[in-house]
Amino acid sequence: MITLEHISKRYGGITALDGISLEVPKGCLYGLLGPNGAGKTTALRILCTLLAPDQGRVVIAGVDALADPRGARQQLGYVAQEVAIDKILSGRELLELQASLYHLSAARARERIAMLTALLGMDEWLDRRCGSYSGGMRRRLDLASGLLHNPAVLVLDEPTVGLDIESRAALWDVLQQLREQGTTILLSSHYLEEVDALADRLAILDRGSVIAEGTPAELKRELGGDRITLRVREFASHDEAQKVQQLVQGLKGVSQVLINRAQGHAINFVIEAEGSEALLQLRQQLDAAEVPVFSLAQSRPSLDDVYLQATGRTLMDAELAAVSSRDPKAEKKQAMR
Amino acid sequence: MFASTAIAELSQETLALSKRLFLQLQRRPSTLVAGILQPLIWLVLFGALFAKAPMGLFPGGGSYGKFLGAGVIVFTAFSAALNAGLPVMFDREFGFLNRLLVAPLRSRYSIVLASVLYITSLSLVQSLAIMAAAWGLGYGWPGGTGLLVVLGTLLLLVAAVTALSLALAFALPGHIELIAVIFVANLPLLFASTALAPISYMPGWLGWLASLNPLTFAIEPIRAAYLGQFAFDAVVLEAPYGALTAAQCLLLLLVLSAGLFVSIRPLLSRKLS
Repeated sequence: MITLEHISKRYGGITALDGISLEVPKGCLYGLLGPNGAGKTTALRILCTLLAPDQGRVVIAGVDALADPRGARQQLGYVAQEVAIDKILSGRELLELQASLYHLSAARARERIAMLTALLGMDEWLDRRCGSYSGGMRRRLDLASGLLHNPAVLVLDEPTVGLDIESRAALWDVLQQLREQGTTILLSSHYLEEVDALADRLAILDRGSVIAEGTPAELKRELGGDRITLRVREFASHDEAQKVQQLVQGLKGVSQVLINRAQGHAINFVIEAEGSEALLQLRQQLDAAEVPVFSLAQSRPSLDDVYLQATGRTLMDAELAAVSSRDPKAEKKQAMR
Repeated sequence: MFASTAIAELSQETLALSKRLFLQLQRRPSTLVAGILQPLIWLVLFGALFAKAPMGLFPGGGSYGKFLGAGVIVFTAFSAALNAGLPVMFDREFGFLNRLLVAPLRSRYSIVLASVLYITSLSLVQSLAIMAAAWGLGYGWPGGTGLLVVLGTLLLLVAAVTALSLALAFALPGHIELIAVIFVANLPLLFASTALAPISYMPGWLGWLASLNPLTFAIEPIRAAYLGQFAFDAVVLEAPYGALTAAQCLLLLLVLSAGLFVSIRPLLSRKLS
C-alpha cells in the first residue's frame, strides 16, 4: 500500500535519509521507530509530498507520489507532529475548511464530520474555538481532519507525544479500530511500548537508515538469548560500572556487555542460554568473580534490545544524545516553505 | 466535463480559503479598524494643518483637504494591500500552510487567489470608509463615473501591491522581517508621491521620485475624478519627463500589476510545489 524505495534526502551537509526502503502492506499498522533526529519526520514528509527526496521512489495506493502528487494526496491522511490549527476558528469550521480542500460535497462533509465527532468524542467542544482546546482535543481534531476524506492510508507523525495517558489510550483504540476497517496506518514514534503494543510490523530507523525491519515478535526472536540487567548499586558511578563490565565480560556464555547510562549505569548483557537455570549459573559466576549485586533482572528480548543490538546504545540514550544536539531553528526552517 | 469539474473544485477550495480569512477578520476586526483609523487621522490632522492655506494655493482650486483626499484614499488602499502577505507568512510559520499543501488542491494558486480576494475586499471597504469620512469633512465625493474611476484605479494599485507583498511573504524568512519591510516602505512611499503636495512644490529630485512612484499614478486620476475633471485623455500629471494623461497613468498601473504577477510566478510555484 505504501512503498518507499531507496529514498535519500540531504539538508546541506547533513544526510537525513540514506537510501531507506519500506514496504507497508494493505491494512497493516506499521510503526516507524527511532530516536529524535533519526529521520522519521523527514521520511513522513517525503511520503506526504511535502518534501521532494533527492532520489528514490514513493508509491501510495498504486499512485507514484512524485509523478502524480495530487493523486497521492487524495489517498493520504496526514497528522503532523506539530498541530497547526487556526485558533480563531472552531473545530467544526476547521473541518469544514478541510472538507472543501478535499472537495467533499456539503452533504458528504456533514456526514463525515458527524461520524468522526461520534468516533472521537468531540461533540461537546467541536463548536468552541480551537484556541481553547487542550493538547488531547487538538490531537483528536487533527486526527479527524486527517480522516475526513476517508483516506486509504493514514500517516501519523509522533501522534502521542505530549498526550496524557487517557488520551493516548483513546487514540490507540481509534487506530486499532481503523486498522480493523482496513485502513493502512503508518505511524512514527520514539516510544518503544507504543510501537510494541500497536504495530503489526515495524522498521527501526537510526541516523537515516533502516537498521531492522519485521514484526515485533520476529525481531525479538531473531535476537535470541535472555537479556540481563545487573545493578551493582542503585546509582553506580561510571568507573565502578566499567570495572564490573570488565568482570562480566570474563564470564562464560555472556556477550554484548554494555553500560546503560539511562538506568543509573546498570550493566546490560545477553546470556546465551534461556530460563531460570541460566540465571542460577550466572549468579554463581558473579559470586565467584566478586561482583556485588543490588538487583539482577532477566527478560526475554524487547524492542529496545533490538535497537541496542543494532546501534550499541539504548533508545533512551540515543534520545538523550539527540536532545542536546537538536537545532530547533534548522528544524523550523526545514518545516517551513 | 473535465474542465467544469476543475473549475468547480477550484472555486470550492478558493471560497473555503477566503471564508477562513473573512472569519478571522470578523472575529478579530482590529486590522479592519486600524486600517481605517490611521488614514482617518491623517485626513483630519493633515487637513487641519493646512486649513488656513489660501484657497487656490493647491491645484484644483479648492481647499487643501480636497487636494489631500485623493492621496489619503490611495494611501488607505496601499497600506491594506501591503499587509496582504502577513496571513500567508503566519501560515508558513505556524505550519498551517503545510496542512493546505498535503490536501489535493486543484491548484495551489487558490491559496494566492484567496488572499487576493480577501485583501481586495478589505482594502476597498477601508477606502470606501475613508471616502465617506472625506465627504463628511467636506472634501467632496466623486459622483457617478467618478466613483467607478476611483474604484477601478484602486483595484489596479491593490493588485500590484498585493502581488509584491505576497512575494515578500514567501521570500522572507519570517513575519518580523516582513513587518520591517512594510514599516520601512509604507511612509516613504507616501511622502515621495503627490499624496500630500503637488510636484510643483517639490525639489527636482523629489519630483522625479514622485513621478516614478506608482502611488502617484493612482492618486492623480482619482484626484481628477474628485475634481470632476476626469477624462482619459486629460493630462493629470506634469512629470519632469513629460505630461501623463489619466489613461497613461492607468495603463502604467495595469502594466505594473500584470508584470508583478508574472514575475512572482516562478517564486510562488517554487514555494508551493
